[in-house]
Amino acid sequence: MRSDSLVSSSGAAETVAKWAALKDTFGRNWYRFRRNPISLIGGSMVLLVIIVAILAPYVTPYPEHAGAFTDFSIAFQPPSQLHWFGTDEVGRDVFTRVIFGYRVSLMMAAVVLGISVPFGIFLGLVAGYFSGWIETIIMRITDVFLSLPALIMALAICAAFSPTIEHAMLAVASIWWTWHCRLVHGLTRSIKTEEFVQASQVIGSSHFRILFKDILPNCASAIIVKITLDAGFVILVGASLSFLGLGVQPPKPGLGTMISYGAQHLPMQWWLTVFPSFAIFFLILGFNLLGDGLRDMLDVEAEGI
Amino acid sequence: MNGPILIVEGLVKHFPLRAGLFHKQTGEVKAVEEVSFDITADEIFGLVGESGSGKSTVGKTLLRIYKPTKGIIQFKGMDVTKLTRETLHSLRKQAQIVFQDPKSSLNPRRSIRSTLEESLIVHKIGKNGRDRQKIVADLLGMVELSPNYMYKYPSMLSGGQRQRVAIARALALKPSFIVLDEPTSALDVSVQAKVIRLLQRLQVERQMAYLFISHDLSLVRTIASRTAVMYLGRIQELAATADLFTNPLHPYTKTLISAVPVVSAEERQMKPKNQSHEGEIPSSINPPSGCAFHPRCRLAEQVCAQELPDLMEVIPGHFVRCHIAIDALSANTREIHLVDSIQQKASNKITRR
Amino acid sequence: MDQYILEIRDLHVYFRVYEGISRVLDGVSLDVREGEQVGLAGETGCGKTVTMKAVMGALKIPPAIIPKGEVILDGQNVLKMSAEQLHQLKGTKVSMIFQDPMNALNPVFTVGTQLFDVIRFSNRHNSNQGKLSKKELLNRAITVLDEVRLPDPKRILTSYSLELSGGMRQRVLIAMALVNGPRFLIADEPQTALDVTIGAQILDLLSGLVKTMGISVLLITHNLGVIRETTERVNIMYAGQMVEAASTALLFENPKHPYSQGLLASVPRLTGGDIAEGIRGTVPDYTRAPSGCRFHPRCDHAMPICSQKKPPLTMLKPGHYVRCWLYAKEGEVE
Repeated sequence: MRSDSLVSSSGAAETVAKWAALKDTFGRNWYRFRRNPISLIGGSMVLLVIIVAILAPYVTPYPEHAGAFTDFSIAFQPPSQLHWFGTDEVGRDVFTRVIFGYRVSLMMAAVVLGISVPFGIFLGLVAGYFSGWIETIIMRITDVFLSLPALIMALAICAAFSPTIEHAMLAVASIWWTWHCRLVHGLTRSIKTEEFVQASQVIGSSHFRILFKDILPNCASAIIVKITLDAGFVILVGASLSFLGLGVQPPKPGLGTMISYGAQHLPMQWWLTVFPSFAIFFLILGFNLLGDGLRDMLDVEAEGI
Repeated sequence: MNGPILIVEGLVKHFPLRAGLFHKQTGEVKAVEEVSFDITADEIFGLVGESGSGKSTVGKTLLRIYKPTKGIIQFKGMDVTKLTRETLHSLRKQAQIVFQDPKSSLNPRRSIRSTLEESLIVHKIGKNGRDRQKIVADLLGMVELSPNYMYKYPSMLSGGQRQRVAIARALALKPSFIVLDEPTSALDVSVQAKVIRLLQRLQVERQMAYLFISHDLSLVRTIASRTAVMYLGRIQELAATADLFTNPLHPYTKTLISAVPVVSAEERQMKPKNQSHEGEIPSSINPPSGCAFHPRCRLAEQVCAQELPDLMEVIPGHFVRCHIAIDALSANTREIHLVDSIQQKASNKITRR
Repeated sequence: MDQYILEIRDLHVYFRVYEGISRVLDGVSLDVREGEQVGLAGETGCGKTVTMKAVMGALKIPPAIIPKGEVILDGQNVLKMSAEQLHQLKGTKVSMIFQDPMNALNPVFTVGTQLFDVIRFSNRHNSNQGKLSKKELLNRAITVLDEVRLPDPKRILTSYSLELSGGMRQRVLIAMALVNGPRFLIADEPQTALDVTIGAQILDLLSGLVKTMGISVLLITHNLGVIRETTERVNIMYAGQMVEAASTALLFENPKHPYSQGLLASVPRLTGGDIAEGIRGTVPDYTRAPSGCRFHPRCDHAMPICSQKKPPLTMLKPGHYVRCWLYAKEGEVE
């Protein structure tokens, strides 16, 4: 698509050109993505979970079981035609609760990452671009936070205040920003020496324009890969917290909570732990495969194939 | 003939070398050492040299990409070295740069339109998006690219096309002076020819001055009206281009010209003969004493290792920094004009040009 | 002296890409005799790198496809060799030096370590030699470093690449290429990344080696001045086709193919004067390459037949060949 022909810029020709360029970019990216089976598999898994979780009230057979519902007559039923994953100790359908549990997990990932990632990116950009004492201060603070283990911090905060899911999310977010800060800091330091950044400086762009329009887009692929892999981790941390009794409180469905309660009834009522565990595994695996696949794809792109 | 648009006097740029835990300064890269020259408002001034010569650093320092360590840069009467952020902002509209590597000088994540719009947005040119889009289309037309290119990304363009975009970006603010840092070095020869013709045409149409930095002597010969040869941070010879090539005075200039591979018999004829190409380019951290070229120079004498020669005008308009050359010619000239001496400035005898 | 060390005959190489099939090489033929310095001139995208990769057996198949053609190196067809056979020829029959000496050496090992590695690697098949002793390795290393005119070889062996200048690194790379005695060297833009004066030293060195060691060199570059000053014969390549081949002096005095003419006219001269307009148009997209003569969309002398049929190789006089309908006549040579 390299022609020197001078096409006059009329409305229609313009739109055609615009769409052609966009289609080409997307087409190329889709081709690369498609070629890599790992990303396709991971992506499908994640997509499946997201769709099912969003449509939870419509796709689950017993949506009311997601709340306070009891029917001891059908309690502890093993998996059957009526209840694919069996029922729990108060008669609720496990399958339904797993799907609703996914909602909680995904929401937690979204909130935690939604808070921590922008914060971490911003600090990383500033530290990497301005260097000097600003960089030193920010990175040393980052170092301190990085040495705090996420789970312990979450326990501490939940213990200090109340063990709600909101506090759990806050606790995890307060640590999570550091990884993105580090990542973006390193990237910014190398990107800022590129000539296109110098060109923007020669034009007279403000520092913040350069950070957000020149540097940040070049960090985007690394950040996206990291977010995808992070999602899995955050969900795991959230489930761990729920397992320990912090986070999701009954009767709300939470995958960790379900495993925790179900563990008491092993090995007789195995379905109470196996299915929620598998659900977590499935989602995290999906995110990991997707992240790996994206990273492979974006590496290849960097080599200009 | 117009007056000078740019006057550079005694420009020095050192880069500190830091090592150790506390980033202590252990030495300096003396990239540019006491460079002085001027450029008139409608000329193409060539700056040639090899690696370590400091030619690129000069270009970037003129535009304040680097802060000068010492010296005066006068652009249209303003002292660029003393500019504040506000006044620097207005300098941006007048002086721009085109870099060497089209792969790295365009942001791969920005569309061509976004790259070209940057200047317009920063300097508030154009009332709205539609307005700016029209200006971007015009800019692309100026560099002979279809307006449809604005939707593309750099990866979709060839090297020649990317350089045209880089030129369009430089033109966006309608500068009167452009630093061209090896603008065609990464391009094939047939593409280079087109880009050079474009640059020449634009220079005449828009009455701009160029500082054309290159290591390609044949190219500089073709387009620059005056040329300076740099070696290890200093100007070694400066003259009208034709004079520099037909009558090179500095031994380094002669070595350089003779090393250029040429395609025709005429060119082979005019190259200085019996030049040795031996030796390495010394480090800018520990430059040789006296004349920096003396370790590689066949004609070197004792004084060359002891004393740094001054840049002197030995023939009107032709300056050289070499004891041997100056001595050989001083017998023939009546007045010797010192260029970078403070006494000269004080007595107000500006004898450049 | 009339033995051919390299003969490429009608080589076709295609690649499978996003847009379809990229037909990069469309019948490339080229030869190098013993003791000759031959040039391959062409601009970016003309296919010279792909050609060289084919010669070195470095093309990944797939995505590359080689539907036709032969590459005969010292009597053997490289394209039909197994991986093991290819390994044996690299470094011993044919060697290559690349454009960017700054990045070709591993910065964490000394030059000596890397040079010894090269010597050992190529000698592992020589069972009658057994393992080379340290003394033997050192001798060979010093000998070759001497041949590339590096002063103080012992010091070079213990240096790291970062301690050496660009010119010295290129000499080391040439030494590494020659140490196992290949009679054929492919030099891909050996002077482009170096300063003018240093590049001149390297080119002088290569010419010197041709004279003293009798090796053949195929010099690939887009710098026509370098071709003119260092090669005896030159092949001009455009878009995967060989368009003109002649002795260097002849071709430069009197280029016949419109592309060669356009190219030469675009070269800036030390004697000054305007450079030509360049050549209109751009390098073609190999997934939709022009039919017939691939240069015809950019050619001022194009005729109807140019877009219909690929022109045959015509001999204008012994040693001067052109692939162009302007000159095609009876008694074509292909």
